[in-house]
Amino acid sequence: MSEQTVESTEQSLRTDVRTWVEANWNPDASLLEWRNKLIDSGWGCSSWPEEWHGRGLSIGLSEAVDDELRKAGAVGVAKAGARMLAAATILEHGDDFHKDKFLRHLLTGEDTWCQLFSEPGSGSDLAGLTTRADFDGENWVLNGQKVWTTSAHHAQYGIVLARTNWDVPKHQGITYFLMNMEQAGVEVRPLQQMNGHASFNEIFFTDAKIAPELMLGEEGKGWKVAMTTLAHERRLVDGIRSWGRGAKGQGRIYDELKAEIANVMEPYKWYPQRAGRVDLLIERAKATGKYDDPAVRQSIAKVLMMAKAAEWTGRRVKAAQALGRPPGPEGSLGKLAGSQVARLAAQAHTLIAGHDAMLTEEDGALNGIISEVLISTPAESIAGGTDEIQRNIIAERSLGLPKEPRTDVDRPFRDVPRNTVS
Amino acid sequence: MQFTFTDEQEEFRLIVRRFMDDKSPRTEVRKLMDSEQGYDAAVWKQLSEGLGLPGIHIPEAYGGQGFGFVELCIVLEEMGRALLCAPFFSATALAATSIIHAGTEEQKLALLPGIASGQTLATLALSEANRDWLPCNTETSATPSDNNSGDNSDDNYLLNGEKSYVVDGHIADLLIVVARTPGTAGDEGLSLFTVPSDAPGLQRRLLKSLDPTRKLAHIEFKQTPATLLGELNRGGDTLPPILDLAAVALASEMVGGAQMMLESALDYAQLRMQFGRLIGSFQVIKHKCADMLLDVELAKSTAYYAASAAADGAPDLPTVASLSKAYASDTYMKSAAECLQIHGGIGFTWENDTHLYFKRAKSSEVFLGDANYHRDQVVLRWENQA
Repeated sequence: MSEQTVESTEQSLRTDVRTWVEANWNPDASLLEWRNKLIDSGWGCSSWPEEWHGRGLSIGLSEAVDDELRKAGAVGVAKAGARMLAAATILEHGDDFHKDKFLRHLLTGEDTWCQLFSEPGSGSDLAGLTTRADFDGENWVLNGQKVWTTSAHHAQYGIVLARTNWDVPKHQGITYFLMNMEQAGVEVRPLQQMNGHASFNEIFFTDAKIAPELMLGEEGKGWKVAMTTLAHERRLVDGIRSWGRGAKGQGRIYDELKAEIANVMEPYKWYPQRAGRVDLLIERAKATGKYDDPAVRQSIAKVLMMAKAAEWTGRRVKAAQALGRPPGPEGSLGKLAGSQVARLAAQAHTLIAGHDAMLTEEDGALNGIISEVLISTPAESIAGGTDEIQRNIIAERSLGLPKEPRTDVDRPFRDVPRNTVS
Repeated sequence: MQFTFTDEQEEFRLIVRRFMDDKSPRTEVRKLMDSEQGYDAAVWKQLSEGLGLPGIHIPEAYGGQGFGFVELCIVLEEMGRALLCAPFFSATALAATSIIHAGTEEQKLALLPGIASGQTLATLALSEANRDWLPCNTETSATPSDNNSGDNSDDNYLLNGEKSYVVDGHIADLLIVVARTPGTAGDEGLSLFTVPSDAPGLQRRLLKSLDPTRKLAHIEFKQTPATLLGELNRGGDTLPPILDLAAVALASEMVGGAQMMLESALDYAQLRMQFGRLIGSFQVIKHKCADMLLDVELAKSTAYYAASAAADGAPDLPTVASLSKAYASDTYMKSAAECLQIHGGIGFTWENDTHLYFKRAKSSEVFLGDANYHRDQVVLRWENQA
């Protein structure tokens, strides 16, 4: 397709969206009423297939549609949280029953979802999970423990990985389920982190029930299904940071949206501090007089330089993508760079704060913002794949170094040494 | 701002790389680094006449190719990768850039075509025995000369003083010398002068450089006749942008070398067996390599950004020039050290090529200001950052 045709397709598409929004947008409608209308129109999730609430558009064109909705001040479908991970996985691996039962309520925001993958005994080694599901003739019966689960305390549904066969190698005995969280047998407890916040939960399953039709994909094939979920996870994390800024405007629908955003964003309120608050360094150094200390300036420079270098690397990756060039190894470095920036930023903030680094909350520097940086940045190099796992992935996939010989995949999982916590 | 290279630039890079692969294999590097001259005149001729590289960023009106700083930096990155032994950095990155930024129209017309064609070897003589690259520390003096009978006598001066760490100063035909008007101090009273290397009262000596692929000279001026380049006492204004551009050029050369160190480390990690396995299968080696990739790619991003800022004359150039120099010099040194470490004992031998890059990294680390100096400049100049 020539460039001109692409452009005219996009222009006429934008016109269609504008026309539809002008005719239908009503800020005084309820959020639910509007989202149902948006879902019926196919504009809410336009990259989805036509038979499931979308229009089958390419990602590029679908972004143009979202852009028009944003420009018109129109509220979009619910996209935050694990619901989009569930949706992407259901779209790819689910049957019509799953799609019909879950997709609409997920997009309207009526149903909240959570992701039940990590366990106390298997963090980096996800395939070593030991939560078990056994079929009792009627239902799958779930026992075990999950951890680091955002939003579980108000989720209706979860995507869950459980071991259904212990006599085959680890990756082959895992099954993927969709489960009802609102049942006896599911206990949700908040998990307090070292910075005092409790953004995640621990989940305890004691004979929780999953109906057989809620299996996604085949029994024992859950690892492959999980790969779909994980492929979307990175994009979700990037998306959530921009999403929370959307609720501006007057009318009932905006009030409802603000409440939804406040609820969803609550666990993430310390995330800017987790990334190191690089934006505050120079201003803080000047305010405290530490700007005149050349050692402090060295420390600040290291952060600023790496943050800029990482930002420009991201721009390089995007610019090459836009020209249709094959992705190079530089595309895999963002997470590793981010955790190093955070760590360097915490060091610089400590030097700038001086004695105030010993204090916290309202007694601490900048009303506790700086102390929150100091005790939140360690999460950056752990969450979403530790730096060490990132380095393994970069070395093996981007640099082509040979895999480490393994002793856990050549035998039944039953015989693999594992943690006593299960 | 350009974040990726155009197809034409990528093609150009391939042409330069093929030339370097062909003309600057390690055997040649080793031969030339042991020679006093330090370069191969035949290769220089091909590089000049065949590819026009010395004039790459010199405007066409002055006999150059008329490309910008991005193309210059592509050339330098490839030369750094191949460790080319040639007077390119001195003539094109330092001297031509100085003339473009400080010279009068007449001087540009007179001096640049010779550099562009590769026939004039030129260099910049700035640093003195005080061992830094700050123009304000210049002590070499320039006094108006009375006994010169030529026309334009206002432009004739006599230089007295010593310059050191002059890149390719032992073979340059034309020296661009920073000197000050007697009685001035700091950034006041600084000017640039041109001096032919056969001028009376000029003595030069090849220094024993730690990096034998980059030749350095010590130069003495005793009542040496010199011609003013551009305007008198304007060096305080013209030199900082020239040094910023030189820093960007050096950063590009360094990331080329750093990339080679990463590739060399990866090759060896996939070749060397210990404990019955390739050493590249050990996590400790993998993690080193992943960190090298992170450093090298981020350093490249800063060098590319700085090259683009230089090409555009962007207001944040002073900041990003220092940023790219500091990033690249830390990265090159670290990559060379890690490459050597991954090679183990063989990496410390003369026979192995790693030390050639290690030494280039070391000399580039301090050339034009070390990372601590440039990091400080990054913070002090940050306000100009867009």
